[in-house]
Amino acid sequence: MIFEQIIFYLFSAVLVTAAVGMVTVRNPVYAALCLILSFFTSAALWLLLEAEFLGIVLVLVYVGAVMVLFLFVIMMLDLNIDPLKEGFAKYAPVGFLVAGVIAVEMIMVLRSAPFQIATPRAPAPENNTEALGAILYTNYVYPFEIAAVILVVAIIAAIVLTLRRRPDSRKQDISEQVQVKREDRVRLVKMKSETKEQA
Amino acid sequence: MMEILANFFGAFLPEWLVTLLLILIKVMAIVIPLILLVAYATYAERKIIGFMQVRVGPNRVGFKGLLQPFADMFKLIFKEIIVPEKSNRFLFLIAPLLAMGPAFAAWAVIPFSDGLVLADVNAGLLFLLALTSLGIYGVIIAGWASNSKYAQLSAMRLGAQMVSYEIAMGFALVGVLMASGSLNLGDIVRAQSGSIFSWFVWPLFGLFVVYFIAGVAETNRAPFDVAEGESEIVAGFHVEYSGMAFSIFFLAEYANMWLISALTSLMFLGGWLSPFQGLDFLTNMPVLGLFFGDGVHWLLLKASFFMLLFFWFRATFPRYRYDQIMRLGWKILIPVTLVWIFAEGLAIALGWKPWL
Repeated sequence: MIFEQIIFYLFSAVLVTAAVGMVTVRNPVYAALCLILSFFTSAALWLLLEAEFLGIVLVLVYVGAVMVLFLFVIMMLDLNIDPLKEGFAKYAPVGFLVAGVIAVEMIMVLRSAPFQIATPRAPAPENNTEALGAILYTNYVYPFEIAAVILVVAIIAAIVLTLRRRPDSRKQDISEQVQVKREDRVRLVKMKSETKEQA
Repeated sequence: MMEILANFFGAFLPEWLVTLLLILIKVMAIVIPLILLVAYATYAERKIIGFMQVRVGPNRVGFKGLLQPFADMFKLIFKEIIVPEKSNRFLFLIAPLLAMGPAFAAWAVIPFSDGLVLADVNAGLLFLLALTSLGIYGVIIAGWASNSKYAQLSAMRLGAQMVSYEIAMGFALVGVLMASGSLNLGDIVRAQSGSIFSWFVWPLFGLFVVYFIAGVAETNRAPFDVAEGESEIVAGFHVEYSGMAFSIFFLAEYANMWLISALTSLMFLGGWLSPFQGLDFLTNMPVLGLFFGDGVHWLLLKASFFMLLFFWFRATFPRYRYDQIMRLGWKILIPVTLVWIFAEGLAIALGWKPWL
């Protein structure tokens, strides 16, 4: 269908431009925004492939949460670009070496058997959220649960690493504040009304 | 109707252009009423809060001030848009659009009545979650691009707040999809048909409350409006914006409020379903039956009720302190949803589904 093709090429062009921009742009905030744009457009491409669950989750998790925190940090830092660019010539050979190794690895992975599919687009299940869920919770339930446990461990570890008691902080104990009753704060006093003679 | 249009355009336009044109017409059919709803929501807010505070509210432009939204709009259109010199011009100007886009795009999957929906997406609920989480970029970018301390502070506050409340919101929606067994919003509403007692608000009351509170926080409304915090950070992320650019933020905020209201009614109060379902003597009446039967007017009424709650909160509650907001989100709302989802899962596993 021609309409779909137009949309595909439009999104692909945006994706490639954004991806190139992400690595070439000087301003780190622009780079993060380019990354967000490329996540978003690749999600749109996934939608075109009828992989709606993956596409939407990419937006939900990466664009909606992870990149927000990224941007957060980048905007808070007052980044000075010049010192970061020092020694570019010195590190360039190492960089090219690493890039080359990664490229070779990716080519080898993409040429391996699981990626050699006869038709480029497998017939997608009618409702792939349901299909993915069914597979995850039956065939792959143990790997899935183990991944969940690892994530929980990581969360707890991150909290423990950053949690420190600071005696000098004037933190307010909210639960104490919330549980305050009227009797603790207000004292009702009964007294006779004054008359003219007393005054 | 759509077929007639398709045939009409098909006579002299290529196929892909006809598709595009039809989609655009449908989009306009949603967006224009929505903008009118937003305009009159601002009027209703001023009138209702005025009533609660024993004031009159707008009453000069038009009968009882009914043309006030248009007066405001024209005023804002003709004001100059001032771009601060040291700001990031491109991001500064694109930020309001980024705030407004998701607020309007989310309406694509909202079913207004049985089958009356722009895109009947299977994963509609996920789509909504993804889009509501995108709205934050407009604010963060506006805050940063303004090159102002107040705007930056407000963007940081709002970013942390929205990321926190999204989790509670998502969990509340997990409960809904467990009860309905579908991510399609139309199916979710259809799963609540029967009578008023088959609405999800009864078995999922806790999730309903959490969802609406999280919704108020997501739309950055009182009592969670620390991002605006007039008394502390002037007006937050839109201090530097004037004229139309400011009003687009405003539009996005109110469109988001309508969205949260519509979603709460769709997911917990049966959307377009009439509360008089099953009472045949009412729904079979000659003319009044149209009112008592299912239809888009019920969705509008239910959503309007939640809009009233938004205004009511604003007139009633003092603003939360920032650490209290974080505590409410992480230590109260998220545990409540987790326990509720667990209990619901247990109930479904034990075969107590009929209560739904």
